[in-house]
Amino acid sequence: MTTATPTRPDKTRRDEPLTHPILPRWAPALVGAVTLAASMILGLSLGWGAFAIGLVTVVLFTIVWPVWTRVVEGPRAATDTLVTALVWSSFGLAMIPLLTLAYAVVSKGSGVLSAEFFTFSMRNVIGEGGGIYHAIIGTLIITLWAALISIPVGILAAIYLVEYGGESRLARWVTLLVDVMTGIPSIVAGLFAYALFALIFGPGIRLGFGGSIALSILMIPIVVRSAEEMLKLVPDELREAAYALGIPKWRTVLRVVLPTALAGIVTGVMLALARVAGETAPLLIIAGDTDSVNFNAFSERMATLPVFIFYSYTQPGVPPEYGQDRAWGAALVLISIVMILNLVARWISSFFSPKTGR
Amino acid sequence: MAVTEAAAPAPVKRRGDVVFFALARAAGITILVALAGVAIFLTLEGAPALTAPPAALEGKSGIVLYVWPLLYGTLLAALLAMLIATPLAIGVALVISHYSPRRLSKTLAYVIDLLAAVPSVVYGLWGIDFLGTRVIGFYAWLEDNLGFLPFFKGPATSGRTILTAGIVLAVMALPIITAVTREVFSQTPTLHQEAALALGATRWEMIRMTVFPYARSGMISATMLGLGRALGETMAVAMVLSATGVVTVNLISTTNPSTIAANIALQFGEASGLKVNVLIFSGLVLFVVTFAVNFAGRAIAARGVKGER
Repeated sequence: MTTATPTRPDKTRRDEPLTHPILPRWAPALVGAVTLAASMILGLSLGWGAFAIGLVTVVLFTIVWPVWTRVVEGPRAATDTLVTALVWSSFGLAMIPLLTLAYAVVSKGSGVLSAEFFTFSMRNVIGEGGGIYHAIIGTLIITLWAALISIPVGILAAIYLVEYGGESRLARWVTLLVDVMTGIPSIVAGLFAYALFALIFGPGIRLGFGGSIALSILMIPIVVRSAEEMLKLVPDELREAAYALGIPKWRTVLRVVLPTALAGIVTGVMLALARVAGETAPLLIIAGDTDSVNFNAFSERMATLPVFIFYSYTQPGVPPEYGQDRAWGAALVLISIVMILNLVARWISSFFSPKTGR
Repeated sequence: MAVTEAAAPAPVKRRGDVVFFALARAAGITILVALAGVAIFLTLEGAPALTAPPAALEGKSGIVLYVWPLLYGTLLAALLAMLIATPLAIGVALVISHYSPRRLSKTLAYVIDLLAAVPSVVYGLWGIDFLGTRVIGFYAWLEDNLGFLPFFKGPATSGRTILTAGIVLAVMALPIITAVTREVFSQTPTLHQEAALALGATRWEMIRMTVFPYARSGMISATMLGLGRALGETMAVAMVLSATGVVTVNLISTTNPSTIAANIALQFGEASGLKVNVLIFSGLVLFVVTFAVNFAGRAIAARGVKGER
């Protein structure tokens, strides 16, 4: 008998499956191309928009690909591909609002931006012109006061929870209520500030500082939560080393623990600032709206960017185009401020954060 | 006795320690006081509404009759939002945690987080100006083809409907649900997942058999958090919805139920006298509802964590 040396199969495992055939790797790409072409032919002949064509492509793809898989590979693999297609199209669907929102804000808002827009208030402006100087000033002052209240309270509360609280009853309650506070509707915070100041100064009160109080209610839980997470990351060895050197606990916290966690805490604070700078409802209630510049947070109404956007879109005046254009322009400014705060926060955290090995 | 007692050195009470501890504790107590203050002041200012005459209640004969349609609208809009957002958010979270290439997943997560950073008033602008004008055709299609259902009776002539508000709320709740669920998904023990794959499971079977059971409580609590956001969201609804305060299940008509938060935002500016108390009372109702939802969400999450240990 001639012994035939078994020839090593030159095909890879994937090409020659053991039990049943498998679709080639390029199958989804092919299905995608075919369904796109089909829906484009259909759509262009029926005069659909780009959105409808995209939608039909996705729907066709989620049908055709699993069906083909079912024919070739069997039902279990078909379910798998169906889920894959669904999951990715849900991601695509979630992207649509973000993209269209960015497009709408930039395309409608950029036209109105000018030097006048940033340096004039709306005082005595009818029709074209005017600007958002008063609203920018109001947002800065109110957010600044909110930060002055929330940052010390938030960070000290986090220090209490991590360094002193332990398992005490107060610490458990604070942890729970901070969680609950994160969920307070912003308008309820505004009503709280109004109720507080109305009891002190009488009904109908409007003042910028009230807005800061309301924003603090929303900001403190975010600061506490993030600062707490960061303080927990500080290794106990650092604290023990400081104690071993005879350093009192408060100086250990201030000079060892806080500096170590600083980058993370700053990130949390900036994210919280970005969140409250865009809050509208509480400021609508307690800070009100005005056309003039007001530098004093403790008396009179104070315009802010979000409230300005709301009023100039819903009550644009006559003719409405100018007011609505200003609303979009202010939206572009507000969203830029918020995004810059966000990006800087992420940058700080990725640049300075201790590498945790993950 | 001549021998001096060798007592253990008394613990040193440094003044700095005492002051610092007191400060930190005071900050913790401040949070308790603030939350209690929210409840107390809203109750104080809201209480007069209980006996308000019909003149302050838009002709309704009692505060319950005034708040009920608003509460209905709030719950309906939030329910619509959750029906849209929850499946999407779980899909997005799966993309980030399991489907996308590892190098890409951080970027995708960041892009979704951007959705949460957009101020609600800008969502309102987008909802009324961009989305609201484009969905009318879709609503007309719904009316034509599904008009026999009470939900799509129409007339579909306006984009400023409760369904549009629900869509906008869904967009706003999605990043919150995604953020929590993707954390839980990625914490699923790798050994469970590898065991499933080694037994021949497809990727979906692996997810269904290992990831979902592990993440169930996390998914529920994430949904609750998103629901809390949708219930309390004000500006987007106030801008998008053209509300008449009716109670109806028709989702695409020109007469829509209003929500508590939107109603307060739209009416507070011109309100005076008892009307203010009525609005504050409705805010108190909203506070209680969101408090309960959030509390339940946290409790479920906490129980889930305990169960794992």
